[in-house]
Amino acid sequence: MALKLADVIAPPADVRERDYLWTLNFGPQHPATHTTLRIVLNLDGEVIVNSIPDIGFLHSGFEKLGEHLDFNQYVTIVDRMNYISPVANEIAWHHSVETLLGIDLTPRCQYIRVIFSELMRLHDHLLCVGAAALDLGAFTAFLYAFNQREKINELNEWASGQRFHPSYTRVGGLQRDIDDVWIGKLRAFIKQFPSALADVTGLLNRNRIFLDRTRDIGILTREEAINRSVTGPVARASGLVRDLRKDEPYLAYKDFDFKVVAAKEGDCLARYLVRMEEMRESIKIISQAIENLPSGPVNASVDERMVLPNQLSVYRSIEGLIHHFELFMTNRKWKPPVEEVYAATESPNGELGFYIVSDGTGTAYRARTRPPSLVHFALFNHLAQGHTISEVAPILGSLNIIAAELDR
Amino acid sequence: MALEDFLGDNIFVTKLNDIASWCRKNSLWPMPFATACCGIELMATGASKHDIARFGAEAFRFSPRQCDLMIVAGRVVMKMVPVLQRIWLQMPEPKWCISMGACASSGGVFDTYSVVQGIDRFLPVDVYIPGCPPRPEQLLQAVIDLQDKIQRTGTVLGSEFDRRIRPEGPRPLALEVPQELQIVAPGNYASSNRLVPGSCHNSQANLLQGLSGLKGENLS
Amino acid sequence: MSEEFPPVLQALAEAVSAEFPGGLLSRTSFRGNLRFHVCPDKAHEILKYLKTRGGFGMLVELSAADYLQYPDAEDRYGVWYCLLDVENGRRLIVKTKANDPDPTLDSVVDLWEGANWMEREVYDMYGIVFRNHPDLRRILLPDEFVGHPLRRDYPMRGKGERHNFPVLTRAEG
Repeated sequence: MALKLADVIAPPADVRERDYLWTLNFGPQHPATHTTLRIVLNLDGEVIVNSIPDIGFLHSGFEKLGEHLDFNQYVTIVDRMNYISPVANEIAWHHSVETLLGIDLTPRCQYIRVIFSELMRLHDHLLCVGAAALDLGAFTAFLYAFNQREKINELNEWASGQRFHPSYTRVGGLQRDIDDVWIGKLRAFIKQFPSALADVTGLLNRNRIFLDRTRDIGILTREEAINRSVTGPVARASGLVRDLRKDEPYLAYKDFDFKVVAAKEGDCLARYLVRMEEMRESIKIISQAIENLPSGPVNASVDERMVLPNQLSVYRSIEGLIHHFELFMTNRKWKPPVEEVYAATESPNGELGFYIVSDGTGTAYRARTRPPSLVHFALFNHLAQGHTISEVAPILGSLNIIAAELDR
Repeated sequence: MALEDFLGDNIFVTKLNDIASWCRKNSLWPMPFATACCGIELMATGASKHDIARFGAEAFRFSPRQCDLMIVAGRVVMKMVPVLQRIWLQMPEPKWCISMGACASSGGVFDTYSVVQGIDRFLPVDVYIPGCPPRPEQLLQAVIDLQDKIQRTGTVLGSEFDRRIRPEGPRPLALEVPQELQIVAPGNYASSNRLVPGSCHNSQANLLQGLSGLKGENLS
Repeated sequence: MSEEFPPVLQALAEAVSAEFPGGLLSRTSFRGNLRFHVCPDKAHEILKYLKTRGGFGMLVELSAADYLQYPDAEDRYGVWYCLLDVENGRRLIVKTKANDPDPTLDSVVDLWEGANWMEREVYDMYGIVFRNHPDLRRILLPDEFVGHPLRRDYPMRGKGERHNFPVLTRAEG
């Protein structure tokens, strides 16, 4: 019992007599780990015999906080989970909460959330592709990707007031409605985006160094993907064609015409190509959503005291003030059923689900996150065995591990 | 004046301290200790729109031995503190530290069991940046402020650091928890990811000093 | 609140009850979440049956909760396995339970490799030991850590573990 890291750092018994093996400590402060991952590698020359990921260097007690903050407060914490696609986490969290409370969103809110989900998919994939290219020495692709990310940050800022962690969703609605200026900015953004994407494609897709370092590296088969619980672009690059947007349509995804991108090779290059194609599909979804954006309120069923009232009614009517009070007093808040619910959305990184155990108060009794990064980082040893040290960087880059979501 | 007339236009007379500080401040080599969200804003600061190269600090080096400015971007948790301290000790003098964002400066929204409530409790910090995360402009302002500080206080032999021998952060939080309830979590410093005692010569003494200081003496 | 199980899952539930008498304690459902509550001793066999005969090839999620302060709770820990039938897109949640003083369950790493880290996380956060797990170590917290922080009786601000470090000054390094 009580195994420790030091016990497993030693090479496996069958290779222990090969005393020329050596151990390399990779991280937790290493540029290719992006944030705080640590991997202990057992090497034969420069070939990886075995690797032991050591995580938890960013474990900050998200789930403990989820038991102390109410459904609207916790959205600020969820933001900081997968911080390269913050609104996607908020949408996932409030999707679970709304499933628990049984709230149906208004069509306008659903469309705006779809637009934000897809913007966040661009946000996430741009960073993933840009940083993966950066690790392989292609600095320019990173600069092009960050240029576009800055534009998405401006959109966030215009809509919510914060450029990086918008905390934009609320139970049953949104912090505020979007306006025509924002839609104009969004139109301008999606108009110029394909050419920026073409720039990145032109830099990488026929780049000999990039191809040599990603093709046939870190192959994941479809069977292994199922066995190891893999979801999202990593699974789709291995031929496991599952996308919750199509399979279990949430929000308004069934109204849109888009394709699920998949590949069957399962190597780092396939994961990169799937991400690039998904960005094109996201642009298609966003342009359809802007064209068909329904009018009407963004907040659902305000009368049932589930959704925050608007500012004017709080300041100018006693009903609004009471309503506001009811949702903010620590002994009032929501009255969810004493039940448990698991609901998931297709975040840019894979299936992001929240399992909420509710004890009938406005605060979750248990707020469990199903983090795609944890599942994907568990693949690392499987993918890296037999490759050389230099291939650690493309494998990590193609898995898109976000430490805050990994460790929570 | 007379000396400058004698030397002509191509030679300036200045103090050695000033010229050393001037060189140092315009060639900061940041060591991005990026743990979380702020790290992405740090990358954005290095990218084309904000372009930290305008301030001579674009040469990010992930090897602490080649750096003189540590930017702690993101929350630091109990498993990471020994790593952070070891990296700080590996950096050559003169060195400075920027604590970027609310989490690094104070724990931010994460008042939980594992998050250190401000790295300044365990590490000397020169500039704090508020914000969650700070905008790239704020990081640039911090670099400018630090440059100003280096120019004002810097000396060629680093004697401005000589007086700073006491812990500079807020008081340790340890006494919030009654003694009998305390868990000493990273207790075994001999395990591989911990700071080994003796690797920094008086850290244990400092800890004892910090704790005894709480009994009455003012730490600052 | 509870809705009907689709016929396929009803047939599966009857098959499980017939195969493992006393194994399937109850069935509940809530807003599309279909749940089998199973006896902890037979959880591993039932999950194996569901994987091989029921078609649930993927374990999407595995975690636990501490029901110490939960209204009308009988057991201390609940562990859930969210299963997915990849071919047909069906989902099923299998719930089981564990109790003090030494909460123990059978590991399902032999069925789904993906359970490896998730079970380690449950062990780390709740102290539930998974028998026959190949590599049961703490995953998120340091090896020397004492206690299991997601238990309800663990204070949110901890027990001083975030305070215990040497303080560096400018004089060293």
